[in-house]
Amino acid sequence: MNLKPATLTQIDEVITHYPVKRSATLPLLHLIQEDIGYIPEEAITWIAQKLELQPINVYEVVTFYPMFRRKPIGRRHIKVCRTLSCALMGGYKTCEAFEKEFNTHRGEVSPDGEVTVDFVECLASCGTAPVVLIDDDLHEKVDAAKAKQISDQIKAEAAKRR
Amino acid sequence: MPAPEQRRIIFQHIDEPGYSNDIGCYVRNGGYEVLKKAVTRKPEELIDEVKKSGLRGRGGAGFPCGVKWGLVDRKSGKPIYLIVNADESEPGTFKDRYIIHQDPHQLIEGTMISCFANNVKQAYIYIRGEMPHGARILEQALAEARAAGFVGKNICGSTYSCDIFVHRGAGAYICGEETGLIESLEGKRANPRIKPPYFPAVLGLYQCPTIVNNVETLCHVKFIAEHGGAEYAKIGTPNNTGTRIFCVSGHVQRPGYYEFPAGTITLGQLLNEVCGGPLPGRKFKAVIPGGSSAKILRFGERFKGKRKVGADMVDYDWGVEDVPMDFDSLGMIGTMGGSGGVIVMDDSVNMVEALANINAFYSHESCGQCTPCREGSLWMKKITTRMVHGNARAEDAALLKGVADQIPGRTICAFGEACSWPTQSFLAKFGDEFKAYPETKKTKAAGTTALV
Repeated sequence: MNLKPATLTQIDEVITHYPVKRSATLPLLHLIQEDIGYIPEEAITWIAQKLELQPINVYEVVTFYPMFRRKPIGRRHIKVCRTLSCALMGGYKTCEAFEKEFNTHRGEVSPDGEVTVDFVECLASCGTAPVVLIDDDLHEKVDAAKAKQISDQIKAEAAKRR
Repeated sequence: MPAPEQRRIIFQHIDEPGYSNDIGCYVRNGGYEVLKKAVTRKPEELIDEVKKSGLRGRGGAGFPCGVKWGLVDRKSGKPIYLIVNADESEPGTFKDRYIIHQDPHQLIEGTMISCFANNVKQAYIYIRGEMPHGARILEQALAEARAAGFVGKNICGSTYSCDIFVHRGAGAYICGEETGLIESLEGKRANPRIKPPYFPAVLGLYQCPTIVNNVETLCHVKFIAEHGGAEYAKIGTPNNTGTRIFCVSGHVQRPGYYEFPAGTITLGQLLNEVCGGPLPGRKFKAVIPGGSSAKILRFGERFKGKRKVGADMVDYDWGVEDVPMDFDSLGMIGTMGGSGGVIVMDDSVNMVEALANINAFYSHESCGQCTPCREGSLWMKKITTRMVHGNARAEDAALLKGVADQIPGRTICAFGEACSWPTQSFLAKFGDEFKAYPETKKTKAAGTTALV
């Protein structure tokens, strides 16, 4: 596990925010996941050591919170909201549109490695349903047509890099 | 009767052209003046103003904020913590998002005033993991406020010091429950704690006295510190003071957020006038008035009883459209104002499918420590999903009720109630649809919107 120097600096800084080191478990997991894309086994033991915990203390946190992943994902992470307000406005169609565009299934990396499509629970933007979170950016009122448009953009970016 | 005018005190600058989320803009609009004055006052005075205001928590439970502050153990000698609950995750609720993204300094000012009033030396903003931009905006805003002397050491030149840090969640709904949130902030699984003895006001974060307040609630505190509790209490209705932000989503013409004096607008005015009514060619069928765990209302049902108006008891006979949108009125008709998330469903929706969607949410979000909730929420999901995608049976309604009725009151936290109320209320209000579902399913038109 090779963390960037900037990540290590942020890690040391964030630990000082708390009177008890263990509180930095979630922040450290976020920083490491942002750096290397997922939480490998060695990150768990590394964090445990850093915060003077047992690995199980970190492991049980990783398995509890849906945002932490144990495996790498596609280059872009497409999270479609599944919950009621979005579903009423066609969220399931939106999710299917992304799956079709990238020839993949929810929870899996697309064959070209470009995206992982996930169905997630409420993203707290119900007034602009259906909503989709792509990496850090929220996209609003994403019907099947807009899903296609966004997919085309992602594909175009991918083609440029090749 | 026409709907009253919106009164935006918390959302005053939301969507205002030219208004930005940096400290310069905030200060130009009079920002941090209230904090400057507050730190010259006695903390007890500020607590009294909040008590006088009648402010009730905007996170969902509607607990009086002044009472919450009054319960804090100030004799233990331990530090007092304040946590801003920015975990906004009750389905249908999306008000805090806009405060955090567009007016973060309003939240910071309200938080600092509340910290000063309660002699808090360290506060945390617990923001849900799915708002990464929100977390960055808050961190930036805190850095600006720290540099300007509004957060950190010697606030506004006084001897009072208090810092605020942002702490990100990671996608678990249960972190909105205050004791689950505290566990999460301590770096653990967000398993809620049992009360007693773990009342946050006495044994909260690191076993120290802790105040947990919702984002919107703290913004109201800023308004109260500025205008006084008595002035605030004039807005709205007795026991439902101040303004309320309603987040309307689902099948209406104009979904969005609307701020009104509490109790002055009826559900009918909100949905028909403010939100423009149902979608073309559709009729309203059902509405969940306070976040997805609130009990559902069926258009056409009537509520009768007696209620207190001033000193008198008055008869009421309301249709769904006539219900005033305040904590007490919604409580009286068997549901709740909750977090202000109003989810509307029209006659295109089948209620079995809508419930299956909600049940999938709650079974995903149960923390798993209490058996009735962990197993019950999963069973309710399995039954309703099977009804939609597999074999639906007329006896499923009774089976669902049997499961739902065994959860509330048997769990550590209110999630037990939250996950069973939808099933209980859907069955009570739309039992006919559940019984008829095996038949309805056979004639279902192709291309209807999938909900599960």
